[in-house]
Amino acid sequence: MAKLKDLALKPERLTGGHRLCPGCGVPHVARLALRCTDDHLVVGASTGCLEVSTTIYPYSAWKCSFIHNAFENVAATVSGVEAAYRALKKRGAVKENFKFIAFGGDGGTYDIGLQSLSGAMERGHNMVYICYDNEAYQNTGNQRSSSTPMGSNTTTTPVGSESYGRVGKRKDLTAIMAAHHIPYVAQAGAHNWKDLSRKFERALEVEGPAFINVLTPCVPGWKYDGKNTINISRLAAETCFWPSYEIDHGKWKLNFFPKEKKPVEEFLKTQGRFRHLFRPESRHVIDLLQQEVDEYWERLLFLCGKSDKAPQAAK
Amino acid sequence: MKKFISGNEAVVEGALIAGCTFYAGYPITPSSEIASHLSVRLPQIGGKFIQMEDEIGSLAACIGASLCGHKVMTATSGPGLSLMLENVGMAIMAEVPCVIVDVQRGGPSTGLATKVGQGDMQQVRWGSHGGYPIIAMTPSTIEEVVKFTIEAFNLAEIYRVPVFVMTDKVIAQLREDVDLDSLQNYPITNRKIAGSSEEFLPYRAETVTDVPAMSPFGGPHLVRASSTTHDQHGRPTSDPEKIAFKNERLFRKIQDNSDSICQYQSDLMPEAEALVVSFGISARSSLQAVAEARAAGKKVNFLKLLTFWPFPDKAVQDAARGVKKVIVPELNWGQAAVEVERVLGSQIDVIRINKTNGLIIQPEEILEKL
Repeated sequence: MAKLKDLALKPERLTGGHRLCPGCGVPHVARLALRCTDDHLVVGASTGCLEVSTTIYPYSAWKCSFIHNAFENVAATVSGVEAAYRALKKRGAVKENFKFIAFGGDGGTYDIGLQSLSGAMERGHNMVYICYDNEAYQNTGNQRSSSTPMGSNTTTTPVGSESYGRVGKRKDLTAIMAAHHIPYVAQAGAHNWKDLSRKFERALEVEGPAFINVLTPCVPGWKYDGKNTINISRLAAETCFWPSYEIDHGKWKLNFFPKEKKPVEEFLKTQGRFRHLFRPESRHVIDLLQQEVDEYWERLLFLCGKSDKAPQAAK
Repeated sequence: MKKFISGNEAVVEGALIAGCTFYAGYPITPSSEIASHLSVRLPQIGGKFIQMEDEIGSLAACIGASLCGHKVMTATSGPGLSLMLENVGMAIMAEVPCVIVDVQRGGPSTGLATKVGQGDMQQVRWGSHGGYPIIAMTPSTIEEVVKFTIEAFNLAEIYRVPVFVMTDKVIAQLREDVDLDSLQNYPITNRKIAGSSEEFLPYRAETVTDVPAMSPFGGPHLVRASSTTHDQHGRPTSDPEKIAFKNERLFRKIQDNSDSICQYQSDLMPEAEALVVSFGISARSSLQAVAEARAAGKKVNFLKLLTFWPFPDKAVQDAARGVKKVIVPELNWGQAAVEVERVLGSQIDVIRINKTNGLIIQPEEILEKL
């Protein structure tokens, strides 16, 4: 595994000067991913914050081959590139080695792009799909996605006297990807470069498709001071709201086990999108969220061989 | 009381006046405010707002809800419209009333998410396969957005079809005073509902211009809706006579009623030498250009299209009578102009003013050609 010093010395393939928000959780994750291989890269990005903010006319922050496609089809577009590359490579038309990375936000991955992603993973293209999950459609102004947590205030799940925000549980995309039985699936947070870079390296090294789901806090959408991005991401891990784990060739492995599992409130209270939950009448929503987190964590412990207690059916 | 509202808000107000109780949509600039406003307003009146996983799902959910008796709407912009097209065909074939708002932005593809365009006009006419007539409205003031959203619901209900309200990025965010109180009594039409005691056929029609009465799912009748070519029972058919009847009826229920569907504003003057035909945001630039040309002593006719589809052939013929040239300003490569040329033949010079750089047409650019 590469040391931080070595990673820092690698050439920058996503340069500064892009227009992602100050404090955004996405750009350092993307830059780190691009540092985790020395091969040439083709990057595809579905419509979303990362794509829009790095390709504002007349500039591009990408110093590698780059495709911006439509919203729903980055995995399919990169599938085509990868398949063509393999054909070219086979007949010797391309000598050098290329890697293929697709970036999509949670909207472009959990929702509109799920069909395209599922197809690409099932066909077995040798590519890495990285979902930067900021838990809502932040590029278009914080509409809820199927990754938005229960109780979150978004512009399409507005909080009011009759509403506490988003109702229902998040979609478990990482598990859906694991169910594709691809070589490598992982979940990680934006705060831990070591965990992230190891996962990116592994994803780029395995033969076949890999998927990594990275929680990337969003300053305007989650409503917090931009200096707290890393702390908030860390709290997501420490509260088990967003556990770090991987499934390498079918074997589940927990990558971070908090010494003391903090209550999910610790994570919630750092962000304006959950502020209304701290009204006395909304207490039950925090309890529901805690229950969701606990159930997920117990299931994960069982899958990772850390517990003998078989998970109960979700309530 | 007058309210200072935007075009996107005007769509919401129009929909609620028309009796919309169901909205399914997906975020896309520059239409997202329609969804966020309705996510607040619809639950307040016992209606339903749902955010779908994409635009394919959005229109599909609207079709399902409409079959349950709701008045339904979705809103999107170019890329979302492209995804909806298969379901536009579904709504045509299954004869399901629904309203689709297209807040046009620059294209093609992702194009210009935050800049204006009018490039979807022919797409809504021809975009879904198989061939069908369509109704599309092109309001150009904020008050017109309210009125023509209501009209769109009325026409959808009368003819059991999807109806488009075509605005654009500039109109969506433009604000003007609108007297919403006076619009509360705007005439509303509801779909024809089959009597509970009569024998029900979901596609019962005596003549090729009939629009069958509906019966909601969950009501007194067994209802079959189908996207496959079907007979009057809603069963798939391969009988050429029944196929011909169905397809001719889909076409003629709109075509034979074009005159009553088409709306426009025609401002004609005696011995006019030129005509300006425009719609939507470009009609606003045209209006200014025509006023300035007339102030300079020129004789110019002006025709503003409020219904783009069916295309108002007769209004164009009347407005062009005696003129030497017709000017068609629009934010695309001539999607209205080809219709004007079709209507007028080769006798009159049709001058196109086309712009696709994300900016609106300035009145001076039209004035130059007058």
